[in-house]
Amino acid sequence: MVQSLVEPTTSGDISVPQELYVKAYRIMLLARVLDDKFASLYRAGKIHGGVFLSRGQEALSVAIGVALREGDVFAPLIRDLAGRLAFNEPILDGVRNYFGSTLGPMRGRDGNVHRGRPREGQLAMISHLGAMISVVNGTLFARRMKNIAGTVGVATCGDGATSTGSFHEALNQAAVERLPLVLVVADNQYAYSTPTSRQFACRSLVDRAVGYGISGCEVDGTDLAECLRVVGDAVVRARAGAGPQLVVAHLLRLCGHGEHDDASYIDPQQKSSPLGGDCLKLAEEFLRQQCWAGADTLAQWRNEALHKVEDAVATVQREPTPDPFTEVWSALATAHLGEGNA
Amino acid sequence: MSITYLEAIRSAQARALAEDPRVFIYGQDVGAFGGAFKATKGLAKEFPGRVLDAPISEDAMAGLAIGAAIEGLRPIIEMQFADFSTVAFNQIVNQAATLFWRTGVPCPITVRLPCGATSGSGPFHSQTMEAIYAHYPGLVVLTPATVEDAYSMLLEAVAIDDPVIFCEHKLLYYHLKAAALPTEALPVGKARIAREGRDLTVVAYSAMVHEALAAAEVLQGDGWEIEVVDLRSVKPLDTDTVMGSVARTGRLLCVGEAWPWGGVTAEVIARVTCEGYDLLDAPPQRLNAKDTPVPYHPDLWAAHRPTARSIVESARKVLQH
Repeated sequence: MVQSLVEPTTSGDISVPQELYVKAYRIMLLARVLDDKFASLYRAGKIHGGVFLSRGQEALSVAIGVALREGDVFAPLIRDLAGRLAFNEPILDGVRNYFGSTLGPMRGRDGNVHRGRPREGQLAMISHLGAMISVVNGTLFARRMKNIAGTVGVATCGDGATSTGSFHEALNQAAVERLPLVLVVADNQYAYSTPTSRQFACRSLVDRAVGYGISGCEVDGTDLAECLRVVGDAVVRARAGAGPQLVVAHLLRLCGHGEHDDASYIDPQQKSSPLGGDCLKLAEEFLRQQCWAGADTLAQWRNEALHKVEDAVATVQREPTPDPFTEVWSALATAHLGEGNA
Repeated sequence: MSITYLEAIRSAQARALAEDPRVFIYGQDVGAFGGAFKATKGLAKEFPGRVLDAPISEDAMAGLAIGAAIEGLRPIIEMQFADFSTVAFNQIVNQAATLFWRTGVPCPITVRLPCGATSGSGPFHSQTMEAIYAHYPGLVVLTPATVEDAYSMLLEAVAIDDPVIFCEHKLLYYHLKAAALPTEALPVGKARIAREGRDLTVVAYSAMVHEALAAAEVLQGDGWEIEVVDLRSVKPLDTDTVMGSVARTGRLLCVGEAWPWGGVTAEVIARVTCEGYDLLDAPPQRLNAKDTPVPYHPDLWAAHRPTARSIVESARKVLQH
């Protein structure tokens, strides 16, 4: 039997090493700066389709990326820019995908947050929520079949995806197979505009862990130190063979579902509550309190992030976009089985 | 010594498991029980750890197969009935079928669908799904009609670097027999002339090939020589072989067990009409199941699907035009 372990949240634990905290903060900052750039490019009409930001979820996301090693698997969702960067996604991949550059991983065939390098453990999400979890299961199942030990797979989703059949099927499957899956749920209070009161009726989504016979824990998603500790521990437990881990983070999405959405439905009381705290600002305060960084250092880090982002955007804006006349219009790897445009 | 269509499917899986360590089988009851139809009988014992029972979670079954394929394995998943693959539809058409095109990483999974109507099975254990999967880019859809093709095409399905929907007809499982397993085969993508004739081309696939051949026998009694084309794979569709046959006969009837709206028969007629209008001496016709769910009672079931008798009737209309 798998033991169920539902841990209460404990805040104020300062056991996270300075080096890890600073590293994570700087990736969060880079993600925020890059997101701000995407938003301004969107408003300037420079991006095709939607823009989906991670604002408010960077602490949780980065904690995943820094807990993973090369060889692990990560199936991010739409608010995981920080986690992607921490898991070694080049900054150019994100920029190229928004511009549809042919040098990007999806070559203009898919855009925005739909990107990845599956063979490098970075799975490319489809839009159907919950669908990536069982794919992560499959990668872990294959590793086991190939006698590769010690790797972990992380899938993320929001509160909305927990209502899907895919979520249930995949989590149960991971439990049955006792796979090293860490499923991180960002309970950001809204699925697009739908509040959690219309999404689920349990006290906390972490209660579901008991039903699947897996470990579950909760974390304050606004607190970087807590996210690093709780997510890090879950990854360590999965890696050690303790089976699937469900991590539920409580936070508030500090932006619309996409940049087309003014998020006017978000309750102002939630915004002013601790839940609505901005994890990046809170992390900055923490850095100052710990004397790990002062105003000058923080400004210097932001400046470096801005330069990285401006360089990446300037590079990609000069890159080729797809050519319909040279595009290979076949969806098959086995070219001779294609039907062309018959 | 003879081998059935079902035994051919089991033998092909045994050979794939024996020859390729990347292959594994995952599906409901496929392990020690050997599958609802016994298509994996004995394989769990012969290949320990590689033939595994899945929870009743078609979506997660397909998702797991896709993840394993990304890691370089070649999973075969068995949907207990083709009808239940609708639960996995999202993973198949949105995840598996788009993976290579989006990311450049192939998705070599084989999805076995025990399909087609059998007497007494009713609306949810009888469906044929080839048309709906063929509609989506990124999938290969195979519909073997013979023991030989069941064997060789399943082996080829596992070897193909793309997701393959393998539609095996339940009505053929036990009664269709061959003397031995084939040693050579037509490649996927090539149709087969199942019977030669000069007066009318009947295009069919899966179990309907046998109904068409029986109809051809009846019509021979009236002096008509019917050519029967077995499509073998509906995607890719071998338009050249169909067109070549119509060029010889000048007349076309397409038969499919699926529902009439759209689908394989409509596709064949559209292609022949658009590309070979001048070859036709009569308007082409199509014959499908009736546009209702598949009925339970044998009398209703027999009237719902095309049979040799209804094929003869439709063929006469085309021949006498």
